[in-house]
Formats: sequence, structure tokens, C-alpha cells
Amino acid sequence: MRALLLSALIASTALAGCASRPVMQDGIAINDPYEAQNRRVHAFNKALAARLSGPSDEAEAAPPAAAAPGEPIGPGQMLINAGRNLSLPGKAVNGLLQGRPGRAAQNLGRFAINSTVGLGGLFDPAADSFGVTERDTDFGETLAVWGAPEGAYLELPLIGPSTQRDAAGRVVDLLIDPVNHVLSGRDLAAAWGLRIASKAGDRARLAGSVDGVLQQSADSYAQVRLIWLMNRRHELGEERDVFDPYEDEPEVIDPYED
Amino acid sequence: MYSTPTRTSLRSSTPTRIDRRAFLALAGGAALAALLPPAPAFALTADQATAHIQRAVDEVYAVINSGNQSAQIYQQFEAILARYADMDVIARTVLGPAARQTPAAELASYTQALQGYIGRKYGRRFREFVGSRVTVTGARPLKSFYAVTSVAQLQGRSPIDVEWHVSDRSGDVRFFNLIIEGINMIASERAEIAAMLAQRRGSVAALTADLRQAG
Repeated sequence: MRALLLSALIASTALAGCASRPVMQDGIAINDPYEAQNRRVHAFNKALAARLSGPSDEAEAAPPAAAAPGEPIGPGQMLINAGRNLSLPGKAVNGLLQGRPGRAAQNLGRFAINSTVGLGGLFDPAADSFGVTERDTDFGETLAVWGAPEGAYLELPLIGPSTQRDAAGRVVDLLIDPVNHVLSGRDLAAAWGLRIASKAGDRARLAGSVDGVLQQSADSYAQVRLIWLMNRRHELGEERDVFDPYEDEPEVIDPYED
Repeated sequence: MYSTPTRTSLRSSTPTRIDRRAFLALAGGAALAALLPPAPAFALTADQATAHIQRAVDEVYAVINSGNQSAQIYQQFEAILARYADMDVIARTVLGPAARQTPAAELASYTQALQGYIGRKYGRRFREFVGSRVTVTGARPLKSFYAVTSVAQLQGRSPIDVEWHVSDRSGDVRFFNLIIEGINMIASERAEIAAMLAQRRGSVAALTADLRQAG
């Protein structure tokens, strides 16, 4: 028993030592020194998602079709639209901070059109009639544009995967969002309610994929971490390695190196 | 979106006097070309790669919008994979070093099981694109293959980038990787299959049995 404890202790210190520097996994850098803590948060998030999504055979049903341009949209889509519309001023601010006035103007133009002609953002005439689509962004991206390093991978309670840079960005986004400054009291609470409902609606539309990864992966923590990092780096236009199975040498595994 | 290299060089070849710097650049280029390995016998063109993906995308969308039942849709996806993807290379790459120690027959049934698994798993993802419009936007050379880019347009959402990596190294024009919004299929499946294989203490036969149920 004592020997077991001792070896477990040695193993855990060895693991902690390894985890403090980024590892390359198929050309993708994984920097996860807080893995033990992150895995605990992941278990919590996963259990919560399972309770929210209900019985798993619902995921088998065909996803609701997004209405084609010109077709009438349902109340769910209206809710998603209105919530997203309220996020546009903050995205415009970030566009300016990133030195991308074109993108900022695009988001602001959308906000102006959809808030008026689109009846408070319920409809999306900006995209349907004028071809002005959203340029999704946040302060995490602004930090990336400014050259801040990504930092360690984090899994946040309720929110899910993030990095140190993105977690800091989320806090700053709350502070710089014009909606939070212009509105107050019940209006602000209503705006927040709408945005959270919109996020939930958007997530429900992708529930099949998200729950599939969460509930069906052999190691859902590692799978979510990898998928999220690849997707986030793609959004930010950060470099990634290209793997060519016809030319590249399969990695040589050196037992003395590991 | 991307122009082919031939088109770019055609556009830039305005008649000019060849000066010393240009001559040196040309000589340097020739020396570099001599150092590079010779081009493969079946040189895939950007147009061939694009046409292959256009056909695959057309079939995928016909399946999604067919209104068929899930099981039928995933079977049709698997059939598309068998015809358009280099399943042998995908299966070996995803399995990693263990592939070299696996007997041929065992490897073949693993490959078959993986094809079904990918058909179900990615078929489910592609079903989210129901009602969307997809456009093949171009091809660019990358290492020994072509990356064919396409965009799925869904209402009220930012366009979704889907990139296909296409090679003819197997003897046929086939895609061997799929990257949806930066999410690389081979990289994520390598991690997933490694975790599944570890759970089965390295037994490819047990992994194969699991794959038939998973996805």
C-alpha cells in the first residue's frame, strides 16, 4: 500500500513536470499545464450538458433546417437573431481596436439595419437583402492581433474550453461592450437574457455534434481540447502544420525520449 | 478564391528585358528545381482535384436533402467515402504506428469498420448543413497534394469553411483529409483512435469491434 502511494506520488510529480511545457500532437501545440484541474471542470461541464440535452436518442432526429433566404423563419431563429444583434456593437469596438475599420463598419452597418428595418434584430435584412454578414470577433482576438501569446489551455465552468488569452478577453469584453454602458437596470437585464437565450439556441442547433463529441469520445476531455484549439486557431488565422501522409515520415517513437 | 500557379505566372509574364538580377533568379530557380525530388508520374491538376470534390459535394448534398432516415443517410455517406476517399491511407494514418504490426486481414477489417464509423460520425456533422448552399471556391497546391476549399453558407451564421485534401498518390484521385472550420479530421481521429486503442490495451481486433458500434 505504501509502495503504491509512493509510486503514485512519483508518477504525479513526473506528470506535472511533463505537463508544464507544450507538447506537439500531430503538428498541433497543446499547452495544458492545468490539465488535472481542467479535467475536473470538464467532468462537471459534461455532466451538466448530459442533463440539459436529455435522452441521447433525441440527437438522432434530423437537425432543424435553417430557412433558406426568403423563407419565413421561426420564433427560435428570431430569438437567436435578436441576441446576436445585441452582440454587434461590442464586435464593432473590437474591430476598431484590431485596426480593421472595414469589419467594424460591417458589424455596425448590420446593427443599424437589423435594429430598424429588422424590427429590433428579430429579422436579418442586412444579410438577406444587403449581403452584409456578421464578422464574428471578440477581445481574445484583439489580444491575438496585438501579439499576446495564447497562454495555457483552460476549461472554464459552464463556458467550456478557453485559453488564458481568451479568458482575459472575455472579462475585457464585458467592460468595453457599449450595450453594457448604454442600457441599465431592467433593459440591461433583458438584453443579457436575450443574448444568453440566443447562445443557448445556437448551441441547441449544434447539440448533435457537441453532445456526440462529449458523450461518445473515448477521452472526451482530450478530444474537446484538440477540436476547440484547432477551431479557435483557424478563426484567428494562426499558423498550423499541414500533415501529408504520402510524404511525411511517420513519427519515430523513441522510448528513451518519452 | 485561389488562382492556380499557371494562371499567376501567365499574368505576370509581361515582356521585359531579362536583366542580370532576373537571370540570377532564374538560375537559382533551376538549381532549386534540380535539388527537389522529381514530380510524381501522375501529376494531379488543380482542375481535376476541384472536379473530384465538386462531384463528392454534389453527392453529399443530394443525400442530406433527400429526407431519408438516419441509418440510410449514414450508409449513403459510407458509400460516398468508399468512392471518393483514400480509405486505406486514412485508416493507416489514423491508426498510427500500430498499423505496421497489424496483419493484413486484421487491418482490412479495421479499415472497413473505420469507414462505417466515419460515415456515421461525419454524416451527422454534414446533416447540420441541411438547407445550406455549398460552393467549391478553389484549389491550391500544398506539399504533394491539393487543398480544395469550399464554403457552406447557412442562414444567419458566418460561412463555414470546409477544406478537402486531395491526392492521386493511391493511383486514383481521392481525398484523404477533411478540415471543417480548422478541425482536422485526421488529427482528431488519430487522438480518438489512440484513446480507444489504449482502452483496449492495444488490441486492433477489439478496437475494430468497438468501431462498429461507435460514431
